[in-house]
Amino acid sequence: MEDNGNKLLNLIAEMQEEEAVKLAREMLDSGYDPIKLLGHCREAMEIVGKRYEEGEYFLPELMLAGEMLKSIGEMAKPLIKQDASSAKSAGTIIIGTVQGDLHDIGKNIVTFMLEINGYKVVDLGIDVPVASFVSSIREHKPQVLGLSGFLTLAFDAMKKTVEAIQEAGLRDNLKIMIGGGQVDDTVKNYTGADAFGLNAMEAVSLCRRWVPA
Amino acid sequence: MTTQAAASASAALYERRLKRLTDAIELREPDRLPTILFSHFWVARYCGMTCREAMYDYERLAVAVRKAAIDLEPDGIQPVHASIAFGPTMDILGYKQLEWPGHKGLAEDVGFQYLDAEYMTTTEYEEYLLDPTGFMLHKYLPRVAAALEPLSELPQYPGVLHTRIIQSMEVYARPEVRQALETLIRAGEEMQKMRAVQSRLFQELAEMGFPLAGHGTSHAPFDVAADYLRGSKGAMLDLFRNKEKLLSLMDRLGSLIPRTGIATVKAAGGNMVFIPLHWGLDGFMSPKQFATFFWPQFQKVLLNFIDAGIYPHVFWEGDCTSRLDVIKDVPPGKCVYFFERTNMFKAKEVLRGAVCIRGNVPASMLATGTPSEVREYCKKLFDVVGDGGGLILDAGVGVPDEAKPENVRAMFDCAKECVY
Repeated sequence: MEDNGNKLLNLIAEMQEEEAVKLAREMLDSGYDPIKLLGHCREAMEIVGKRYEEGEYFLPELMLAGEMLKSIGEMAKPLIKQDASSAKSAGTIIIGTVQGDLHDIGKNIVTFMLEINGYKVVDLGIDVPVASFVSSIREHKPQVLGLSGFLTLAFDAMKKTVEAIQEAGLRDNLKIMIGGGQVDDTVKNYTGADAFGLNAMEAVSLCRRWVPA
Repeated sequence: MTTQAAASASAALYERRLKRLTDAIELREPDRLPTILFSHFWVARYCGMTCREAMYDYERLAVAVRKAAIDLEPDGIQPVHASIAFGPTMDILGYKQLEWPGHKGLAEDVGFQYLDAEYMTTTEYEEYLLDPTGFMLHKYLPRVAAALEPLSELPQYPGVLHTRIIQSMEVYARPEVRQALETLIRAGEEMQKMRAVQSRLFQELAEMGFPLAGHGTSHAPFDVAADYLRGSKGAMLDLFRNKEKLLSLMDRLGSLIPRTGIATVKAAGGNMVFIPLHWGLDGFMSPKQFATFFWPQFQKVLLNFIDAGIYPHVFWEGDCTSRLDVIKDVPPGKCVYFFERTNMFKAKEVLRGAVCIRGNVPASMLATGTPSEVREYCKKLFDVVGDGGGLILDAGVGVPDEAKPENVRAMFDCAKECVY
């Protein structure tokens, strides 16, 4: 059975979706410990993340890996008796696309990469009003806030969001990163964020630096 | 100056500007660095309109375009109406593929946005491949606009023949179909109003000495598959799950896209097609996926346009630096590559002698920087990328909606000082 675990890990890492899901089903049907099985999936995701980081994998691979994890998770989770939600996370990150902007591909990929790197991510979705970011920060007390935006209108929405957080007295212990199609160092300075990133790996690197896992 | 003298001065200006653009495209040194004015909502905002007003008020938008042309004196103008002035028509249609200012949740002064979704399911590949027009008519149009839903009832004509054609007329009198057809006529009349204003504007711009630098818009096959049919998630998963079907779809689109695109550009009496790309950039696909699913099919589209005497202006969104070696393979002096974040210096190195480069004053600089920063950036572009010709100055994604007017003026003024 240990060999099957390795086999599953490799199938996921090699993007063999059909075989991976089939094997996971067989393993669970024959009584394989679902927690252990999800452990293999996590290890596989680490390999996928590493390959993405190294430029071997790209967005389509991350998307497919996410789908495999979802299908296998849906099979395994009902079989888990103990409460698995108490798993410790490396830190909490709030993420959302700023007000006026409806784009979410980039944000979703960043969320996925942060989650497989052990962070708890609270995703507020798209077109998020400034007040929702502020109240969510009060509620979840994150270490990092990620503001996403694809359009140039996001520059001002990001700036307003950062200002509102400052005014609410929540800025001091919070790191803010921004990302999206047109952000760069100029936009970072304009918005008052701490850093910007051009892809999901840069978001992970920033979080690792700010909140070591 | 007499009216006749003024007209001939404008005509000379028109020819000089067009030559400046054509020289750059065909990789000759023009007299000076040419510019194209391309914006979505900036022109409207520059003249005090909100984004919503720009989408609804054709006449005021035309006034704004004229003012921007006079103030900035670009060498070419990319049509604005065709890319934003369709609010009233969308209202009539109950359009669902876009969110636009003042509609549903969006504020009055933000641009419209496309809604990414699965507009064609995995199981519909074969249907599309068998009969793309039938699929668009019976399935796609009803999905993108409420008023078009009854089109799903229209006869499937490839199998309706002889006297059955006559009998099929019954469908058109059904109350819901009748209503859809009436709505289509109203939408058509509204679009004709917009087109009339646009035609008059084009005529006036030409008389003022400003050529158009865009006579239609086209696409890359993969972008159509990912943006408009399968949705971003669906298309990315299809790279693994439905590889063969996706490749067949791309082949089909590779024939359909230039057919429509060439007809549009020819009907407009022009020779430039704008092709914005969304999925070609670094990081979205692997080099291998790009070489399999994106470039070969898109290259065929480009060659079709070029063979028809049309210059493609390809907007390579994002950073495409790693693609340069692959995408340089087009006939020399026939294509414009409009870059957003691609390394322009590297692009010049790789594309010299092959492709005219357009771009790329960053949106962030135009929105938040200063005129002197803009000038410095433009000068550097001219010195390095403009060396020997083959450069058209533009902003990274056209002039962004939030650009400061003084920065935009600095960009256009600077080009006039960049003399060969």
